[in-house]
Amino acid sequence: MNRFSIGTHAFILMVLAIGVIYSLPNLYPAKPAIQIAYTDSGKSADQSLLDQVSEILISKAITAESVGLKDNNIVAKFSSFDAQLAAKSALQRVLLDRAVVALNLEPSTPQWLRSIGGGPLKLGLDLSGGVHFLLEVDIESALDNRLDSLLNQYRKKFRDDRISVESSQKNDKELIFEFLGDEDYSKALKIFGDDNITSVGTALYDLQSSSIRNRVSLAYSQSAIKEIRDYAVGQNLMTLRNRVNELGVSEPIVQRQGSSRIVVELPGVQDTTAAKKIIGKTANLEFRLEAASTTSRLRKEEFDYQDERMGSAYLEKNVIVAGERVTNASSGFDESGFAQVNISLDMQGGRAMQKATSGNIGRKLGVLFVERKNKSILTLDENGQEVIEQTSYIEKSIISLATVQAVLGTSFRITGVGSPQEASELALLLRAGALAAPMKFVEERTVGPSLGKENIELGIRSIIIGLLSVIAFMLFYYRWFGLAANIALFANVVLITGFMSLLGATLTLPGIAGIVLTIGMAVDANVLIFSRIREELAEGKDPQTAIQEGFSRAFVTIFDANVTTLIASVVLYAIGTGPIKGFAITLSIGIITSMFTAIIGTRAIINLMYGNKNIQELRV
Amino acid sequence: MINLNIPFMSYRKIATMTSLALLALSILSLGFRGLNLGLDFSGGTLIEVTYSEAVDLGEIRDLMTNNGFDDFQVVNFGSDTDVLIKVADKDGSSQLGDTIFTFLQADDPSMELQRIEFVGPQVGSELRDQGGLGMLVALGMILLYVAFRFQYKFALGAVTALAHDVVIILGLFSLFAWDFDLTVLAALLAVIGYSLNDTIVVSDRIRENFRGERGFEPEEIINRSINQTLSRTLITSFTTLLVLLALYFFGGDMIRGFSEALIIGVLVGTYSSIYVVANMLLGLSITQDDLAIPEAEGVEFDEMP
Repeated sequence: MNRFSIGTHAFILMVLAIGVIYSLPNLYPAKPAIQIAYTDSGKSADQSLLDQVSEILISKAITAESVGLKDNNIVAKFSSFDAQLAAKSALQRVLLDRAVVALNLEPSTPQWLRSIGGGPLKLGLDLSGGVHFLLEVDIESALDNRLDSLLNQYRKKFRDDRISVESSQKNDKELIFEFLGDEDYSKALKIFGDDNITSVGTALYDLQSSSIRNRVSLAYSQSAIKEIRDYAVGQNLMTLRNRVNELGVSEPIVQRQGSSRIVVELPGVQDTTAAKKIIGKTANLEFRLEAASTTSRLRKEEFDYQDERMGSAYLEKNVIVAGERVTNASSGFDESGFAQVNISLDMQGGRAMQKATSGNIGRKLGVLFVERKNKSILTLDENGQEVIEQTSYIEKSIISLATVQAVLGTSFRITGVGSPQEASELALLLRAGALAAPMKFVEERTVGPSLGKENIELGIRSIIIGLLSVIAFMLFYYRWFGLAANIALFANVVLITGFMSLLGATLTLPGIAGIVLTIGMAVDANVLIFSRIREELAEGKDPQTAIQEGFSRAFVTIFDANVTTLIASVVLYAIGTGPIKGFAITLSIGIITSMFTAIIGTRAIINLMYGNKNIQELRV
Repeated sequence: MINLNIPFMSYRKIATMTSLALLALSILSLGFRGLNLGLDFSGGTLIEVTYSEAVDLGEIRDLMTNNGFDDFQVVNFGSDTDVLIKVADKDGSSQLGDTIFTFLQADDPSMELQRIEFVGPQVGSELRDQGGLGMLVALGMILLYVAFRFQYKFALGAVTALAHDVVIILGLFSLFAWDFDLTVLAALLAVIGYSLNDTIVVSDRIRENFRGERGFEPEEIINRSINQTLSRTLITSFTTLLVLLALYFFGGDMIRGFSEALIIGVLVGTYSSIYVVANMLLGLSITQDDLAIPEAEGVEFDEMP
């Protein structure tokens, strides 16, 4: 009686082996490393870059433990932090703008573990240090922009087709056109009817017409809004990925969250102000021709230069191309060695640029930097309480005004931009400007590297102290049975680590708290079982039956109790963000593994101790 | 420890009064003082910095005032070299943290940044709504599960016990003006899980005894059940408290609120699993028939023509 079959033993050993193997990578320390990637995020690292990196390292007599391709990057590992820093500056000096060189810590997981998918636990930002941003894409202004450009397109179309429009205007969220005669009205309706500008992707605008006043109104349909939102968020995600890439952070996260938000996490980033400057550029660009002195006041606007020393200039009101058409911008040198900026536009942007510049060679083309800034004012709400109202305004300034020397297309260059430094800044601004809709920060968390380290140390210390005190108590209170429970408890901690590493779950500070809590609660199952065994013994049952009954009768209770806790932690996972999700994950995994170790694991040990033996007296 | 036979149920009137008094106090405090919402829920900016030696908080306050801030708190965090500055959400700007850090560093270059947190007003209120909703969803789902596994009177008892625990913890946080942030909310949900654990163990025993032995008064059966599970209840609470105390004393300041909430939760939860549930069951006049094992449905179907 009270023996497990060989199959059951094999199963327990197998689960334990998996737990041990997958928690092993956490024992190998992380090695200083360097990560190299092309600045252009569309290009992934290749053999030629790899060769170049190896060459540079050899020429500087820096020995790397390994240099190899990993994902889209080249990763070089070093034995010391000094070698890492020396390598970084050597590489940066040669590769310059072409590649991003980032300091990094690479796990030194042995090959055989990596080949079966093993790796150390991922650390959350509160443990590794770094920045977390939550950005909100301003869909309203994306919608507004689109409506503006739609209005212009129709006005032009009606002018070209000689349709007389009595009035055309943007009113709140719709466009309203009124036509003079019935004939113009029906011609216009035909244009609205078969024109593909009335659609956004696959979704259509809502079109309403009334023949009484020859009036047509155009508004977004729900599906059109959704399409625009998805486009804007998608576009901004891409832009953000590029910007993050420029920062040279290893393992950044740029993810959509909900309908119009984007999460950016940059582990290990120390200069948060610089990171924020590049990420947070809520900027756009506009390319416009400089207004001739004869241009009517109504068709030109005056703008200041971004560089205050330059004064101001007049540009035409008509926008040729805006920032979202810019696909790339980089700095370089022209034939005579002066700094220049190369710009690429997408097809549509190229066509517009070609049309605008073809008759205007010799005139100047201006690049406007459009930045959204926030201003807050105190106002009174309906209850007479002071509340803060945030308003944002848009600031436009000229970053470049250069003479058009030829008809421009999808790619062209701006010369005479000053020093190489200024050229690369301008290129950065141009790239940064490529946002489909402005964004603003709605949440930001920065954790300094020393706090992260401190959190890990404190967390591990409390795990160890908690574990030891529980182990001591169980041993003191239950003796041999306590020993069995303790072995199971220890196995539980190993299993939690192993499974979290295997699942790629992120460990956070509340996550560590979750492990500590699990340690305290995991023995509950054993306490329940042992109390039951005591009761059975008190009722006069023989030891073997008491063990048998104790386990089986406690099982239902343990199961019900754990399922309800699991419900609470699943809800926690659903509502929580970042660190709290980490807590919910460790708690859930802990509940499941503790059921395994406390019920099956402890039983196996107790069976080995007492099973099939003739025990006269059992002390629990 | 097995057969102490404490007549728990004869003290039920006193327990009810105590619970009601605590609940009333909590609700009053929540109503009048409200919760001291942490940054996660209130929105605003928080900066933690470490100086190389102990600093005079007054000087930092002066610096803040001179730089045009008026609604802020400056406190020590953990040690006298660690300083935590909280700025109420004056203008919802994410730049604030950097600005403050810049002028603090200009004043003392040896100072080191620990963390900056900025939560926009909108996100704060969303987290608040989400947290409250999550709590209700969790309670609702647990009610359903317990009703399904036990019986509705147990479910009502369990959920009352949980609500009792949650309200009292919230009340204490309100009374002592402790910071209520996301980690405390997480702790609250963990308390729900923990207290439920306890409740289910006791309920399970009550159910078993009701089914097993006929001819006893409900009060007597409940009393016996509580006594039978008492040693387990106390041991589990004890080991859980052990690890929580380890967390409280050694886990650092960032999860102190978390361990605080859980320690109170374990204490209140242990009490509520003994008194609140049993009290509710007696109040709802539970009988042995409520817990009779339903006859297998198949039998009836077989007899149908």
